[in-house]
Amino acid sequence: MPGTRRVRLDAPQMFFLVVRPDAPYGLARVTDGNDYLPTANLEVLRLRAELLRRTRGFFDGRGFLEVETPLLSADTVVDRHLDPFGVEVGGCMSSAPRRYWLQTSPEFAMKRLLAAGAEAIYQITRAFRRDEQGPLHNPEFTIVEWYRVGDGLEEGMTLLGDLAETLFARGPAERLSYREAFRRHVGLDPHTAAAEQLTATAKGQGIDPPASLSPTDRDGWLDLLLVELVQPHLGRDRPTILHDYPASQAALAQLRDDGDTKVAERFELFVDSIELANGYHELTDAEELARRNRENNRLRELDGKEPLPVESRLLAAMRAGLPEATGAALGFDRVAMLAAGAKRLDQVIPFPFDRA
Amino acid sequence: MASYNTSDFRKGLKVQIDGDPYLMIECNFVKPGKGQALYKCKLRNLIRGTVLDRTYKSGDSLDAADIEEIAAQFLYRQGDQFVFMNNESYEQYELTAAQVDDAWKYLKEGMDCSMILFNENPLSLTPPNHVVLKVEYCEPGAKGNTASNVTKPVKVETGAEILCPSFVEMGELIKVDTRTGEYIERVKA
Repeated sequence: MPGTRRVRLDAPQMFFLVVRPDAPYGLARVTDGNDYLPTANLEVLRLRAELLRRTRGFFDGRGFLEVETPLLSADTVVDRHLDPFGVEVGGCMSSAPRRYWLQTSPEFAMKRLLAAGAEAIYQITRAFRRDEQGPLHNPEFTIVEWYRVGDGLEEGMTLLGDLAETLFARGPAERLSYREAFRRHVGLDPHTAAAEQLTATAKGQGIDPPASLSPTDRDGWLDLLLVELVQPHLGRDRPTILHDYPASQAALAQLRDDGDTKVAERFELFVDSIELANGYHELTDAEELARRNRENNRLRELDGKEPLPVESRLLAAMRAGLPEATGAALGFDRVAMLAAGAKRLDQVIPFPFDRA
Repeated sequence: MASYNTSDFRKGLKVQIDGDPYLMIECNFVKPGKGQALYKCKLRNLIRGTVLDRTYKSGDSLDAADIEEIAAQFLYRQGDQFVFMNNESYEQYELTAAQVDDAWKYLKEGMDCSMILFNENPLSLTPPNHVVLKVEYCEPGAKGNTASNVTKPVKVETGAEILCPSFVEMGELIKVDTRTGEYIERVKA
């Protein structure tokens, strides 16, 4: 990528050799009890800083306003597969303790700003997701999120593609609909295929499904097929924007008629097969959101998870009027990982969860 | 029985599947942003050594394997049976040659070993890292040759053959590394 040096990923002790030339020799060779050391070296941290500057430059140059909203909120996104960290607050003097949530994304607060008149806003902040830990997941991560009033799906995908070009310089993003991607790499229509067809295809392709995956859980099987058969082909030569998701996976996106089926105006960015961003042509109908929240809670309870609050200040803002807008969120640590040529997030996060 | 939830899954976990003990040797967390979390695991069967690929989704759980490490003394060998005693409970265990594996080469009566029990039954045995064994028979070494790079097989008191420097003589005691099977040094009686 232009303007970025090739970075060294090894030897996190480099950090100490650079900033602490007086560190005792051999310090970094200690293999036990050395978890105070950062796992990302100084060179990688410089690359992160450069990518942050480039991201801010991208949005500032397009007239977006950088905003800040609370990390700890009384509201939280209600999603079947997103688990927020709950935090007890209050409880002193006369006030009863109350449950707040560490945000899983700044979505609710930023949309409340749109409802109050903001037109183009972005934020670089932290988000938290419980039980998400692995080579590509850290329970606390850096998220870049943005919204622009008046944008539809088309404009939203163009903006995301431009940002990807700014960050990776891998050429304009290709666009691929969820339906076309499944036709090409799985050989079926994801919107119309029956659940039995999804399970039979997965098994026929040698995929080992979780024994507990219900044969009627269409979305569970679509996720499995996406991860195993589709994702490996996405973002290989240039970034891929996958769009028009199944209506059942709309999350907070609007639905649109597409032939005889409904699709969600939701889009995602993939680079080197890694999922980097998720965007919506935003749902503006408060009652539809309340309905989806209740449905997500029903599924959460079936999964043995706690239900999350259906009512929120976002719903109040939507009832007052949320303008048409499109927005997206980008996992910044994964961007840094790909830009650095790293394979795991802990190579670009100085203190990952285990050392936090 | 204790069990592990997917959020406890990590490398090194000992679990039980279909009655067999397994060691989780790899656990890869995969999750589409808005989709279901999957845990793609590799598990090694601790009895047969085979590797199993299994995918789990969040909320699944696995039974913990009841695995315990004890100190056990080698009592005696009877044909293909090796008899050990639990140093704490004095309970005796008979292990087959297959269970003892290469460790038979180093077992002397009264030797303290480490034994892994699965559901209170012996699973595997590890002798001490270093053992001292008496040389029962070997070809005589060339007089005056103290070079350690010329080796010869010697037969030790357990019946095993160990590769030693050519200066080692019958009746001498040698120290052997049981992890590599290699000669370390001669030991004075």
